[in-house]
Amino acid sequence: MKQKLVVIGAGMASGRALEHLFDSAPGLFDVTLFGAEPRGNYNRIMLSPVLSGEKSYEEIVTHDAAWYAAHGVTCRFGETVTAIDRARKQVVSVGGRTPYDKLVIATGSAPFIIPVPGRDLPGVISYRDLDDTNAMIAAAQRPGGRAVVIGGGLLGLEAAAGLALRGMEVTVIHLMGHLMERQLDPAAGYLLQKELASRGIRIHCKGATKAILGDGRVEAVLLEDGTVYPADLVVMAVGIRPETRIATDAQLEVGRGIVVNDQMVTSDPDILALGECAEHDEQLFGLVAPLYDMAKVAARTLLAEPAAFRPVQTATKLKVTGCDLFSAGDFAEAEGREDIVLRDPARGVYKRLVLEDDRLIGAVMYGDTADGNWFFGLIKDATDISEMRETLIFGPAFQGGASADPMAAVAALPADAEICGCNGVCKGRIVEAIGAGARTLEDVRAQTKASGSCGTCTGLVEQVLAATLGGDFQMPASKAVCGCTDLSHEDVRRLIKSRALKSQPAVWQELGWSTPDGCHICRPAINFYLLADWPLEYADDAQSRFVNERNHANIQKDGTYSVVPRMWGGVTTPAELRAIADAAEKYRVPTVKVTGGQRIDLLGVRKEDLPGIWHDLGRAGMVSGHAYSKGLRTVKTCVGTDHCRFGTQDSTGLGIRLEKLLWGSWTPHKVKLAVSGCPRNCAEATCKDVGIVCVDSGYQIGVAGAAGMDLRETELLAKVETEDEAVAITTAFIQLYRENARYLDRGYKWVAKVGLDWVKSRVVDDLEHRAALIERFELSQSIYRRDPWAERADARSRRDFAPLADLTLEAAE
Amino acid sequence: MSWIDVGAVDDIALRGARVVKTAQGCVALFRTAEGDIFAAGDRCPHKGGPLSEGIVHGRAVTCPLHNWVFSLETGQAQGADTGEIPTYEVRVKDGRILLDGAGLAKAAAA
Ligand code: SRM
Ligand SMILES: Cc1cc2nc3c(=O)[nH]c(=O)nc-3n(C[C@H](O)[C@H](O)[C@H](O)COP(=O)(O)OP(=O)(O)OC[C@H]3O[C@@H](n4cnc5c(N)ncnc54)[C@H](O)[C@@H]3O)c2cc1C
Ligand code: SF4
Ligand code: FES
Repeated sequence: MKQKLVVIGAGMASGRALEHLFDSAPGLFDVTLFGAEPRGNYNRIMLSPVLSGEKSYEEIVTHDAAWYAAHGVTCRFGETVTAIDRARKQVVSVGGRTPYDKLVIATGSAPFIIPVPGRDLPGVISYRDLDDTNAMIAAAQRPGGRAVVIGGGLLGLEAAAGLALRGMEVTVIHLMGHLMERQLDPAAGYLLQKELASRGIRIHCKGATKAILGDGRVEAVLLEDGTVYPADLVVMAVGIRPETRIATDAQLEVGRGIVVNDQMVTSDPDILALGECAEHDEQLFGLVAPLYDMAKVAARTLLAEPAAFRPVQTATKLKVTGCDLFSAGDFAEAEGREDIVLRDPARGVYKRLVLEDDRLIGAVMYGDTADGNWFFGLIKDATDISEMRETLIFGPAFQGGASADPMAAVAALPADAEICGCNGVCKGRIVEAIGAGARTLEDVRAQTKASGSCGTCTGLVEQVLAATLGGDFQMPASKAVCGCTDLSHEDVRRLIKSRALKSQPAVWQELGWSTPDGCHICRPAINFYLLADWPLEYADDAQSRFVNERNHANIQKDGTYSVVPRMWGGVTTPAELRAIADAAEKYRVPTVKVTGGQRIDLLGVRKEDLPGIWHDLGRAGMVSGHAYSKGLRTVKTCVGTDHCRFGTQDSTGLGIRLEKLLWGSWTPHKVKLAVSGCPRNCAEATCKDVGIVCVDSGYQIGVAGAAGMDLRETELLAKVETEDEAVAITTAFIQLYRENARYLDRGYKWVAKVGLDWVKSRVVDDLEHRAALIERFELSQSIYRRDPWAERADARSRRDFAPLADLTLEAAE
Repeated sequence: MSWIDVGAVDDIALRGARVVKTAQGCVALFRTAEGDIFAAGDRCPHKGGPLSEGIVHGRAVTCPLHNWVFSLETGQAQGADTGEIPTYEVRVKDGRILLDGAGLAKAAAA
């Protein structure tokens, strides 16, 4: 009969141990996996990117249902083990008793809660699992929300940065004199504090929490010095303690953690422990790298193979986009130690190396951490550095001649240099994998696990690929906006909000643009982000717009333009048609065409005639149709109840109402709407960015449709009873798109990225959020709901649209 | 050289452009963010796009039709594209833009 293995805790350590076990001896054990969380294993360290919105939960799941099924693991998620009956070799849980032959305890840690009054108030949470993360995300949705984070260590700062990116006003209270005092020296702590402060995060060092105040819910945090910070959310991140309760109850040997030997075996030979709950050689471990080593050893022990756990040095990085810091080893000042320091105040760079007996024993860096892994390797290997002492601080690229080639640094790394700290993968292992056929980042990840955990070494792994494969490896065209920056659209959007950047120069300067004023790719995007986020403060910049949007007409291949006036909901009048006909004749328009958007296109107008034709059309009451804009285009309608025998609601009226509300607004890409009066759908509403289909009982609002290069049917966002609700949800949806999508992502692409459920939660389910979106849309429309043609139909514009000078006469002389 | 006054510097927006019609075709006058003025042919060698309608960045302009980028200093296409636009002598005096008429004529004759 198969041996029964029971595992308590579905966390990072146990997940890795099971992988090793199944790799070496599939089918040896019948495995039952208990987890207190109602879900399987996920990459806990990536909760910070989930909090900041850079990743979704789905992306950080490490083992899915299919994996458990394939390996025959019986999953008992959401079920806490309450006792271990060592005499009968059973574990006890709500589901009853489960027998084991071998037991693995991997219960991780529990957050430490400081024992102050008010710690139990709703709104006080810790930062440990997905539920905590989701609670923070939910709290951040309330506009103007305030958060206090207690604890300025790694976890607290990642929480603070994430909450700030999500728009909360954040204060960090830290007991010590500088941030992350266990990993950073005061100088680096200062730079970090300055960076966080510049993102609007308030930092209160030397602050001791006295009480959490609130009546039924958290309202504020009171410090010993009397300071009071109002708070809608309090995150406690002051430390963790190993989760040892069931082990203590079972009378296993427990110190600060569950005591294990080199083989990960506890005081009971059939029980192993690993992860943060375990204590080895009087030491506890709180980073994944050593835990993964433990997992390897535990798996071998279960297979009755020899193995011994030897703790390794760990290095620390902070996973906050834009805060580059690295620390490793020991950097306390002491007799016989010597410092080498490099500062570049202009770039905000600080590097400090600590030497003892010609060896590097510690390194702290801020602002430029590219050489971190190289220094870390020197520390671990206790390399004699006397030869390169003078130039050591300039990093590996400098040893043996300066080199500007960024790849040189990685190429120069020795085979045993560690690339991936989490998984302990060195360069040699990656090169080996490449030798065995790995050609892409994914290949390397699958074969070595390098970059599979926290992901901060992804760039290095890619460089190793590039250095090893030469021309055969295409460095990924980074997801950067363009060549002017390394930041992605998502990063830029967040930073514009969180750092309150309100002008183009502020963006270039603060985000380190490499060009003086951007290029044709980034300028239109930045211009849109700024006007969408700061409608009142930022003035739209015509010179950062594509020709069509600058000239408010579509340029044609011969340099002439097309002119499309708005026809609200596709409805026109004889007077309008007459004015169009007159204008077409007066300006000798070569082509008059009915568009696919239920209006009329005048094609082939000369640039200098644009203000004139706009003036004439405007006189007849017509405004720009924005057929050229990343903005609201058309609202197509069918005839509806007014005429059609099948019509259920006033589809024409609703379409006109929507168009009058939404016109003039700028959006990440174009936005098209349609309203059909019944499911026969004559207005083709089911392939629009927003398409409303009227039915007897109300309105079905579909979103994320398209009929261009991709053909997409809309997905149902909501079904509502009244026209007012349909209008409100449509407006909120468009504002959500304006605030969140990356430039040039059409609605359906954006919805596919964020998920329809997320959209629903904001514009359908959460009425407060919906109202706030509508309010912000209206605020923006107070500036933009205007006719750009009317503003350009005067004499001044006629001059601007004409050539500066005409020299044809002079030249002929 | 024969300098022709074609208009005021302020008639061109910063990072903007205007055209001057000549017997040889349109000449585009560009004004960079720093306020420098450049003159070059308005016709993109790719498919004739009007460069004066492009986005001006640094000392370069991007064609509005298919995004070729040209240096305003040398007239050379940048990056992977190859091609060239003529550039012309231009001067600024007392806020007025002066274009070299002789140079224009020579370029046409060449
Ligand atoms: C005039 C018109 C064709 C017509 O004669 O009917 C037209 C003309 C152009 N379309 Fe369109 N589209 C027109 C309706 C459509 C439709 C039909 C509709 O809206 O119901 C579609 C498919 C529906 C959709 O958008 O999902 C359509 C999908 C596109 C696309 C593909 C968009 C996509 O996301 O895949 C482009 C390219 C783009 O926008 O990047 C495009 C781009 C263009 C451009 C702007 C190309 C350009 O950059 O110069 C054309 C400008 C012509 C001009 O100078 O006026 N046009 N275009 C229609 C104007 C509608 C209006 O009144 O505003
Ligand atoms: C936000 C965040 C960011 C982090 N960032 C980093 C980083 O950048 N780098 C790094 O190296 N480390 C980081 N860490 C630390 C790292 O996540 C932990 O060291 C690691 O997850 C510990 O693994 P574990 O398996 O011991 O415990 P866990 O992953 O915590 O797993 C333990 C599991 O056991 C369950 N459990 C507990 N008791 C019971 C019971 N009685 N019955 C059933 N189930 C039980 C728990 O619910 C939990 O799911 C971070 C941690 C957090 C929270
Ligand atoms: S389909 Fe649209 S973009 Fe293509 S040629 Fe016709 S009008 Fe132009
Ligand atoms: S016409 Fe200028 S890039 Fe094509």
